[in-house]
Amino acid sequence: MTANTDAGAEGRVYNVGGQDWDEIVRAAQQAGDRSDHEHLIVNMGPQHPSTHGVLRLILTLDGETVTELRPVIGYLHTGIEKSMEFRTWTQGVTFCTRADYLSPIFNETAYCLAVEKLLGIEAEIPERASILRVLLMELNRIASHMTAIGTFGLELGATTVFLYAVRERENVLDLLELITGLRMNHAYVRPGGVSQDLPAGALDKLREFIGAVMPTQRRELRSLLDGAPLFLARTKDVAFLDLAGCMSLGVTGPLLRGTGLPWDLRKSQPYCGYETYEFDVPTQDTCDAYGRYLVRIDEVDESLKIIEQCLDRLAAGSADDPVMIQDKKIGWPARLALGPDGLGNSPDHIAHIMGQSMEALIHHFKLVTEGFRVPPGQVYVAVESPRGELGCHAVSDGGTRPYRAHFRDPSFTNLQAVSAMAEGGLVADVIAAVASIDPVLGGVDR
Amino acid sequence: MSGDGPVSDENQEQPPDEAALAGQQRLSEQVVRTGMFGTETSGDTSGYGGLQVRRAPLPSTPRPYGSYFDEITDALAARLTEDGTGFGDAVERVIVDRGELTLHVRREYLVAVARTLRDEPTLAFELCGGVSGVHYLNDIGRELHAVYHLVSITHNRRLRLEVSAPDADPHIPSVVDVYPGCNWHERETWDFFGIIFDGHPGLTRIEMPDDWKGHPQRKDYPLGGIPVEYRGATVPPPDERRSYT
Amino acid sequence: MGVEEKLPSGILLTTVEKVVGYARKVSVWPATFGLACCAIELMQTGGSRHDLARFGMERASNTPRQADLMIVAGRVSQKMAPVLRQIYDQMADPKWVISMGVCASSGGMFNNYAIVQGVDHIVPVDIYLPGCPPRPEMLLDSILKLHDKIQNMKLGMDREVEVQELEQARLRRLPLAADLAGVQAGGGPTLLGQSQGQEETDR
Repeated sequence: MTANTDAGAEGRVYNVGGQDWDEIVRAAQQAGDRSDHEHLIVNMGPQHPSTHGVLRLILTLDGETVTELRPVIGYLHTGIEKSMEFRTWTQGVTFCTRADYLSPIFNETAYCLAVEKLLGIEAEIPERASILRVLLMELNRIASHMTAIGTFGLELGATTVFLYAVRERENVLDLLELITGLRMNHAYVRPGGVSQDLPAGALDKLREFIGAVMPTQRRELRSLLDGAPLFLARTKDVAFLDLAGCMSLGVTGPLLRGTGLPWDLRKSQPYCGYETYEFDVPTQDTCDAYGRYLVRIDEVDESLKIIEQCLDRLAAGSADDPVMIQDKKIGWPARLALGPDGLGNSPDHIAHIMGQSMEALIHHFKLVTEGFRVPPGQVYVAVESPRGELGCHAVSDGGTRPYRAHFRDPSFTNLQAVSAMAEGGLVADVIAAVASIDPVLGGVDR
Repeated sequence: MSGDGPVSDENQEQPPDEAALAGQQRLSEQVVRTGMFGTETSGDTSGYGGLQVRRAPLPSTPRPYGSYFDEITDALAARLTEDGTGFGDAVERVIVDRGELTLHVRREYLVAVARTLRDEPTLAFELCGGVSGVHYLNDIGRELHAVYHLVSITHNRRLRLEVSAPDADPHIPSVVDVYPGCNWHERETWDFFGIIFDGHPGLTRIEMPDDWKGHPQRKDYPLGGIPVEYRGATVPPPDERRSYT
Repeated sequence: MGVEEKLPSGILLTTVEKVVGYARKVSVWPATFGLACCAIELMQTGGSRHDLARFGMERASNTPRQADLMIVAGRVSQKMAPVLRQIYDQMADPKWVISMGVCASSGGMFNNYAIVQGVDHIVPVDIYLPGCPPRPEMLLDSILKLHDKIQNMKLGMDREVEVQELEQARLRRLPLAADLAGVQAGGGPTLLGQSQGQEETDR
C-alpha cells in the first residue's frame, strides 16, 4: 500500500494504511521533513480500551507531550430528550434513566423533582417516598463511585482494583435489584413518589451491607490504592485544574471539591429532605487526580452514613405508609404484589378498580394511557449526582407530554475541562485526566 | 362572532373597559392552533374543529417578587443603569414562577447582562449551568429560545436568563467570553436547534455527525422512527401515532 | 467398532472439524465494543461473581486484529455506525458477533433518528441477546450458545454448503403468524431459546 501524502495547511500529512512504514520514512526523508519538532496527530477512539465510553480524543503530540487535545463526542447520541417529547410525563422516566447510565436514580430523581415542581405537589410527596429516594440515591452513589475508582485503576493498569470495585458494585446491584426489581435503569422514582415500597427483608440486607460487607471491602480497596507508590506517581499532581478553572468552565462535583470548595447541592440547596441528614462534604485542596480519588472514596463513607440514617427512619415508619402521592389524579395507580405468575397488579387493586370504584378505574385508565396534565411553565431542578450538578430543565405547555426536557449533564460540562487538564502533560496523563473526570458518555451525548 | 371579545356580564370585578381591551388584544394575536384535539391524521368528528386558539399574551410578574429576587433585580438594574444600558432596555420582562426567577433578556444585551451578573460582587453568578434550547413552533417571531441557568455559589442563589430569536433570524450572541464553559453547550444548541451563536470560537456540530442535515430537536423535525412489526401487526413510530391530546 | 479396537490404546479418533471447533470455542477473545449501559453489565460479567475468565474471555482484546468475538453492547448511534463497521472489518476471520441488549438487536426503546435500528443493518449477527440491559447470566448463556455454534461449525466446502442451506431455510421460513399455529418450517423464528437452526448469515 503506497503512502499517500498531502501537503496540508499544517504541514505534510501522511495517510498510514498499514504495512507501509518503510515508504512513509522514505517519503519523509525525501521531502526533507526534518523539523525540530515533529508533531504527531494521534486519534484515540472512539473504540478504545478506556471503559469510559465512546469518547474520541485527537491528540497532537510533540514527542511524549500533548500539545493539543480535542475531544470529540456524539458517538452515543440517542435522542433521549426528543423521544421524551413523544411520551407521557411518567413514561419519560424510563428514557431519562438511561442517559447517565451509571447513576440512573439521579436522572430519574432530577426529572421527577422537576415534574413535581411543575405540578406544584412538592409538599405532598410522602415522606417515606423521599426517604426511599435518598436511600437509593446514596446506594447509587456508592455504585457509581465504585465504578469510577475501578475503571480509574483499570485504565492505569491496576486490574485488581477493578475486580475489587466490581465485586463491591455487585453487592450494591443486589440491593438495588431487591428494592427496585432491576440491576440498572430502574424506572423506580416516578413523579409523585416511588413505584413500590421496600420488600420484606430488605432492611436487614441493607443493614448487613452497611455494617459488615461494605466497610471491609472498602478498607481492602483503600489499602490497595491510598498509599500505593505507583498509583501516587500516576495521579499526584496530574490533571491539575484549580478553582478558577473550574468556575470558568462550569465544573461541579468531585472536581470542584478537589480544589477545596465544599460546594455540594445536598448541603447548599437541599432536596428530598437532605437538610435533615447528618453528613459531611469531603474536600481536598490538591486539585489533582489523586485528590479527586480521595474525594470519591470519602464520599462513599458519607453515603454509608446517610444510608444508615435512612434505615433508621424507614424502620421507624411503617410499611403502610404510602410511597406514592395520595392525589389519585397524579399518583401512579398500580399497587404491585408478588403473585404466582410474578410481580403485577395485586388482586386487591384489580378487584377495587373492576368491582368497587368507577373513579378508580377511570383514574387507572386515564393515567396509564394518557397521563396527567401538567400546568404550563418551566422549571430547573438540580441534584448532586456522583459526577456533579445534574439539572433537569423541564418545559410544559399544559399537556400530558413534556414539551421539552433538557438535562444539564455534569459529564458534558466537565468533559470540556479535559483539554485544560491534559494539554502540556504526557500522553499517559491524558488517561488519568479522563478517568479522574469520570465522564459517562451516555450523559454526555444523551 | 363580533370582535367584542369575551366580555361577560358576570365579570363585575373589573370595569368592562379593561376586559374588552384584553379581549381585543387577544383577538389581534395570530392563531396558533385550530381544533379541540391535537389529531391531524384521522378524522376529527368531535365537532370542535372550529375552535381557534390564539397566541397567549406574554406574562410578566409585578413587583414585589419575593425572596431574594428583588435584590437581584435591583442590583442588576443599578449596575446596568450605571453602565448606560437601561434595565428596561435589556430585560424585556421578569417572571417569578414556582420559586424561580426568569429574566427575559433582549439578545443584543445578553453579553452585557451576563458579564454584569458574573462580575458584580452583590450578584456574583460565577457558574453557568449551560445553554438549553427550546423551540416554540407556534410562537411566530419568537420561536427559538436559549435558556441559561446561572448559579451563584457566593450567595447560594439561582437565576434563569431567557433569550428569544425568530426562526427567520436565528442569531444570538455567544457568552463564551463571559462563561467559557458554555462552549460545548452552545455547539449543542446550534446542532439541535439551529441557533447561531455569534462570536463562538468554533460553532460546529457536536452530537450529530458532521454532515447531518437539519436540526433534530426542532419541533418541525420528525422523530425519525420506523414502524415496528410484532406478530404480524405493525405499530407506527411514536410521532406518527394517533394522538387525542 | 472397527478400527478403534485394533489400534493400540492411547489413540483418540475424532474429526478435524470437532478439534478445530473445540479449539476455537475455548479461545475466544472478545473485542468488547462496549457502548452504553450494556457495557457496564459486560464489565460486571467480567467481575468475580459472573466470571468471564472461566471461558478465557476476560482478556478483552483491545485491538480488533486479535479479536474473535465482537460483543456490541449498547445502542449504536448514527455517528458510531461507520466506526463499528470499520472495527468489524479489521477483525480477522473467523469472527462472530453477539448483539447484546435490545438496542443493539433492534434499536430497542429508541425508535428515532439517532439510533441504528439493529446492528444487523451493519454487521452480520450470530446471537441476538435481548434485555435492557441483559443480566450477566443471560450474557453467559448467550456465550454458551455461541460456543455451541462455534463447535458445530463446518469447515471448508462443507461450510459453504452449510451457509447456503441455512440461507435457503431462512428464505423459506414462514411469517410469524404461521409459527403461531405451530408450524416449524425449516427453522422458525430464532430467539435465544433455540440453538438448532440458529440464524446464519452469508459472509
